[in-house]
Amino acid sequence: MEVTLNGKKTELPEAISNLTQLLTHYKLEDKVVIVEVNGEIIDKSKHEDRSIEAGDQIELVHFVGGG
Amino acid sequence: MIEKGAFTLNNRYSRQELFTPIGKEGQEKLAKKHVLIIGAGALGTGNVENLVRAGVGKITIVDRDYVEFSNLQRQQLYVESDATERIPKAIAAEKCLKEINSEVEVVGKVMDVTKEELEQMTPGVDLIIDSTDNFDTRLLINDIAQKHNIPWIYGACVSSYGLSYTIIPGKTPCLNCLLETVPLGGATCDTVGIISPAVQMVVAYQTTEALKLLVDDEKALRGKLVCFDLWKNEHTSIKVDGVKKSDCKSCGSEPTYPYLSYENQTKSSVLCGRNTVQIRPPKRLERDLDQLVETLSTQGGEVEQNPYLVSYTIGEQRMVFFRDGRVLVHGTNDIAEAKTLYHRILG
Ligand SMILES: [Zn+2]
Repeated sequence: MEVTLNGKKTELPEAISNLTQLLTHYKLEDKVVIVEVNGEIIDKSKHEDRSIEAGDQIELVHFVGGG
Repeated sequence: MIEKGAFTLNNRYSRQELFTPIGKEGQEKLAKKHVLIIGAGALGTGNVENLVRAGVGKITIVDRDYVEFSNLQRQQLYVESDATERIPKAIAAEKCLKEINSEVEVVGKVMDVTKEELEQMTPGVDLIIDSTDNFDTRLLINDIAQKHNIPWIYGACVSSYGLSYTIIPGKTPCLNCLLETVPLGGATCDTVGIISPAVQMVVAYQTTEALKLLVDDEKALRGKLVCFDLWKNEHTSIKVDGVKKSDCKSCGSEPTYPYLSYENQTKSSVLCGRNTVQIRPPKRLERDLDQLVETLSTQGGEVEQNPYLVSYTIGEQRMVFFRDGRVLVHGTNDIAEAKTLYHRILG
């Protein structure tokens, strides 16, 4: 399915249907990540329940420590 | 030396004054401001050079480390001799910055930042810029900024990725609200590397927000968490206002500033990704480096000294002793092993 991820059209593998799976796919499951879907920030506790639809605008911002 | 008055004639700031949102009025404001920059690595050298050139009145820059060759690829104020001579970053930066703009009062401090140092340094500071490489220090900055009502600008980067957020006490969510939990481990510049444009991009965001705050143009602030990946051609920013928690222990209605009370958090710490342990003596002290050199030279191994530190190599291990009492033990990630070596040398 195609979504817009961080501003870029991205084709996601079939197996990804919710936000938890999306974060795992991008190896972000252990990171502190702020997830926004269609303009709304989705709390970490709701990632598993939040399904992804074709055409969703998803922003993933993960925190890093370097500098 | 050029006399101070001469700068007005030199029109040093003319292009910045022509930029309408700053103007002559903004330039005068900049000259009255004091910025504290924590960290003189990649982000720190970028931010401080920009702000020194821009004519901020006073800048304090703090760092606990010394220059190494692996820094030169991206830490823009340092030269090869700084690395050869292991000059502390705060000293090398201060020297270079004074040559760039002698009109700015630049203070470089070689120190590890804990609650104590921050409490001493923050009075009178208008803005804090985060240029550290770890979350422990950032959460300390976050609490001290909330406690003293000082805005601060988070910035971080790794590989070709970076992000930044401007935290205004009483208005925006704080770092504690955003993080919820302290990120552990993960990628660092030492494990997955970094390219300098990622640094410069974060610096551009941080310095620009700093200028807006310093000339009191708050309505021009970005107001969003911004992130990018230069190699993947990604760029995004999101509004995080809704993440502010009214019961946050750092910025909520009844703050306890939790990160200011962890007294022992940095007594000994592993420097992430560097195969190095830092040991801080429990009490502040001024180490007599000459005397130390005398002691060390009877122990075998190689001793090198500059005015700020002593480096001691024995076998695979290298220890660096700073005047403020701190010791870096290179070649190990094991705190116990580092302490054994420390006590063997210093008793
Ligand atoms: Zn908060």
